[in-house]
Amino acid sequence: MTSATTTATTSASDLIGTAQELLLVPAGLDTQGLTRLLDGALAPGVDYADLYFQHSRHEGWVLEDGVVRDASYNLERGTGVRVISGERTGFAYSDEIALPALQQATRAARAIVRQGSEGRTPVLAPVTSPSLYAAFDPLATWQAPRKVALLERLDKLARSLDPAVTEVTVSLNAVHDVVLVAATDGTLAADVRPLVRLNVSVLAERNGRRERGSAGGGGRVDYDWLEAEGRAEHWTREAVRQALVNLEAQPAPAGTMPVVLGPGWPGVLLHEAVGHGLEGDFNRKGTSMFARRFGEQVASPLCTVVDDGTLPGRRGSLNVDDEGTPTHCTTLIEKGRLTGFMQDKMNARLSGFAPTGNGRRESYAHLPMPRMTNTYMLPGESDPEEIIASLDRGIYAVNFGGGQVDITSGRFVFSTSEAYLVEKGRIVAPVRGATLIGSGAEVMQQISMVGNDLALDSGIGVCGKEGQSVPVGVGQPTLRVDALTVGGTA
Amino acid sequence: MTSSNNHSATLAAIEPDRLETLRHKARFVIEEAARQGADAAEAAISAGEGLSVTVRLGEIETLEFNRDRSVVVTVFVGQCKGSASSSDDAEDSLRETVAAALAIARQTGADPHNGLAAADALARDLPDLDLHHPWSLTPEQAIDMALACENAGRRDARIVNSEGATVSSHAGARIYANSHGFCDGWRSTQHSLSCVLVAEQDGAMQRDYWYDSQRDPAVLQAPEAVGERAAQRTLARLGAARPGTAELPVLFAPEVAKGLIGHFVSAISGGALYRKASFLRDRIGSQVFPEWLTIRERPHLPRGSASAPFDSDGLPTREQAFVQDGVLVSYALGLYASRRLGLEPTGNGGGVRNLTLTHGDEDQAALCQRMGEGILITEVMGQGVNLVTGDYSRGASGFRVEQGRIAGPLEEFTIAGHLGEMFAGLQAAGNDVDRRGNIHCGSLLLSPMKIAGV
Repeated sequence: MTSATTTATTSASDLIGTAQELLLVPAGLDTQGLTRLLDGALAPGVDYADLYFQHSRHEGWVLEDGVVRDASYNLERGTGVRVISGERTGFAYSDEIALPALQQATRAARAIVRQGSEGRTPVLAPVTSPSLYAAFDPLATWQAPRKVALLERLDKLARSLDPAVTEVTVSLNAVHDVVLVAATDGTLAADVRPLVRLNVSVLAERNGRRERGSAGGGGRVDYDWLEAEGRAEHWTREAVRQALVNLEAQPAPAGTMPVVLGPGWPGVLLHEAVGHGLEGDFNRKGTSMFARRFGEQVASPLCTVVDDGTLPGRRGSLNVDDEGTPTHCTTLIEKGRLTGFMQDKMNARLSGFAPTGNGRRESYAHLPMPRMTNTYMLPGESDPEEIIASLDRGIYAVNFGGGQVDITSGRFVFSTSEAYLVEKGRIVAPVRGATLIGSGAEVMQQISMVGNDLALDSGIGVCGKEGQSVPVGVGQPTLRVDALTVGGTA
Repeated sequence: MTSSNNHSATLAAIEPDRLETLRHKARFVIEEAARQGADAAEAAISAGEGLSVTVRLGEIETLEFNRDRSVVVTVFVGQCKGSASSSDDAEDSLRETVAAALAIARQTGADPHNGLAAADALARDLPDLDLHHPWSLTPEQAIDMALACENAGRRDARIVNSEGATVSSHAGARIYANSHGFCDGWRSTQHSLSCVLVAEQDGAMQRDYWYDSQRDPAVLQAPEAVGERAAQRTLARLGAARPGTAELPVLFAPEVAKGLIGHFVSAISGGALYRKASFLRDRIGSQVFPEWLTIRERPHLPRGSASAPFDSDGLPTREQAFVQDGVLVSYALGLYASRRLGLEPTGNGGGVRNLTLTHGDEDQAALCQRMGEGILITEVMGQGVNLVTGDYSRGASGFRVEQGRIAGPLEEFTIAGHLGEMFAGLQAAGNDVDRRGNIHCGSLLLSPMKIAGV
């Protein structure tokens, strides 16, 4: 496992100061003003209320046909006001950070409450947490010409690698996200969250056949990190290699068979097969197939799966979540036994657990809910070569597109973008993209070998839930699933 | 519920003067872009307000007030382009947004295809498409509707849980302006009702949903009907088995047939074509579907969910065919893509609007009869569609059809094939047309596909 090079020493009070300067001072607000607003939200019957201030800037540069002909810049700022009473949530937001708009939003959100006991004026106290990334603005770390030059250089590199490469698209994105949370439980927390990503996508064409390959990475780091240690070049070579492999791909087999999943990004398996099903909201409501299985064996004893928001510089990491709770490393499954759910404050309170730092939201205009951070399986003892060699006839899948899960039935899918047919322990040929389908707990029980080669993905994951997207990470060692249904055509 | 808020009063409608305010902001952006040195500029400004209420197991779960603002500015300096957007439409922010777009345009490379549409090609005499039907819905009324919907869905004891019923109402306005002096737009509303239920049998849970969404609340399905339909669909999944691996004909129910036609739309869209990333590239004039199928776009359909008088380039939208008698007769092109491809734009900047398919007079039951043995597909999962190659492989669930009749639920299998062959092999389109959303389509009977199961 590699960790980001950024070293960070920012303290909680520095972060709160930075966030106040950007979010509160221009609106003439201070922490006393926030206390008064929260006090105003505390109608009788209110269990909890919070204010979420956000100032988020995004830039995206895209190269196509050898030219950076388009780029965009986006600014979003606003405040979300949430009021919780029992299992009820009232929510309103405003794209103005100004007192009258906040008061109006607070009144609207409070309409959820019907009756109850009198609340108490909160005393706000800063939340402290370890600093997992530096508080800087990644957009400003490079001048524009340098961004353009990187994309042009990677385009030339991709085209030089093989004459079959016909189209190259390279994109560079950065986000500078500053948030501040104040809540009636006394929480006062802030975070400055840099996030960068580079993506290379190529089309290769040979004998009238066209195939795509893509690769990329990033994290809560600066633009320099993308170029350091040859990363940008590596992803470019990966994209080209993958497209060339796919030009040779033959139809994938159809049916249920053993599947070996490579290390890193194939950990999307865990995200779909168990991750979503272990989010606290689905378990409080009893709509997840794992809801009544706490403490039970839900995976083979070889499996230990964690959700870890505390990895330095990682795409899915956060100093504090969007409710101001410091992130944790939560063991979801230990040696196959279900040991933990991911919680936000509301679901933790209603189901008698402690918050785990998994309360996340896409923006101030969305409600927080339990979400994954970086979800991965700890390494086992098998040699990866040995795991592949164990396949009599099956699939070895090393790269995937996205996945999807129905948390109620447990059915999940994920689709290969680079996979091989293996016969008698030897890789025979690449196969075309196929969707793999299984049922969460059954597939996890079928994991019979776990490699010693844990890797996290390169920093490309986006998770969608109820219309909200958040950046996440996944990871795993090489592992063997004895039976998974492969949706090929042959 | 207390009524200490005054949001409900503002939800009813976007007033005409709001459209005028947006128009003013859009003009300000265009003038500001010129003042800051842009050779040309365009702006898309929208504003909207909404209310969304969810009840679950008979109790209010969430009450959300939405208020969205969006400003997107594109500027051209010579043939170089820059874009910037913001959620804040105050004048200071508009100035900053223009400046940000210009800063980008000064760094990007020249592209001869960049630029606004010709002034005389822009839309004129906009038709009134009847898209604005405000709903004077208070939170209390919305809660009552959602409760009625969920209650109707929970009458069967096997419905053991619920993810809730949601009523939402949204009203908005949008303006597009550019430096040719074009500055126009429209108001619209969208109201919806949905219900997600969970059923259980022999320790296994199943979930399904139903929804309706309309411009005009008066024609929205009754809450009870939505709840009952959600319950029927959920209960029908109980006891699902897995099919064996086989090659079988499949019948796509309307809600998944739309998605299949959606892949066709993606494959004839300008962006995929000029990037050479579509398997339908260079296929104009060739037979893509069987002869009985024509696919038309009806962008001026009154109250249509995707209706629009002009596209995102300010060009008029028009009724047109993409497929005539099975032959691909037109791509769906916005301005930039059309210039890249050396073709005329088709008024499809921002996508296609209200597609309709020719169909026969068979309903879904008749199509099951025609299929004989096969699978009725009611859900597809995952992203296993490759538009570059046309390869298709997705998770699915549905029902086994034996001797022309629905015989029992099926789950956890995949269907795979090639989109080109799936299109060409279409056997029939049903008259059970689902008009919700952008693609109006009934059940589609396909030729055999590879099913992977146990």
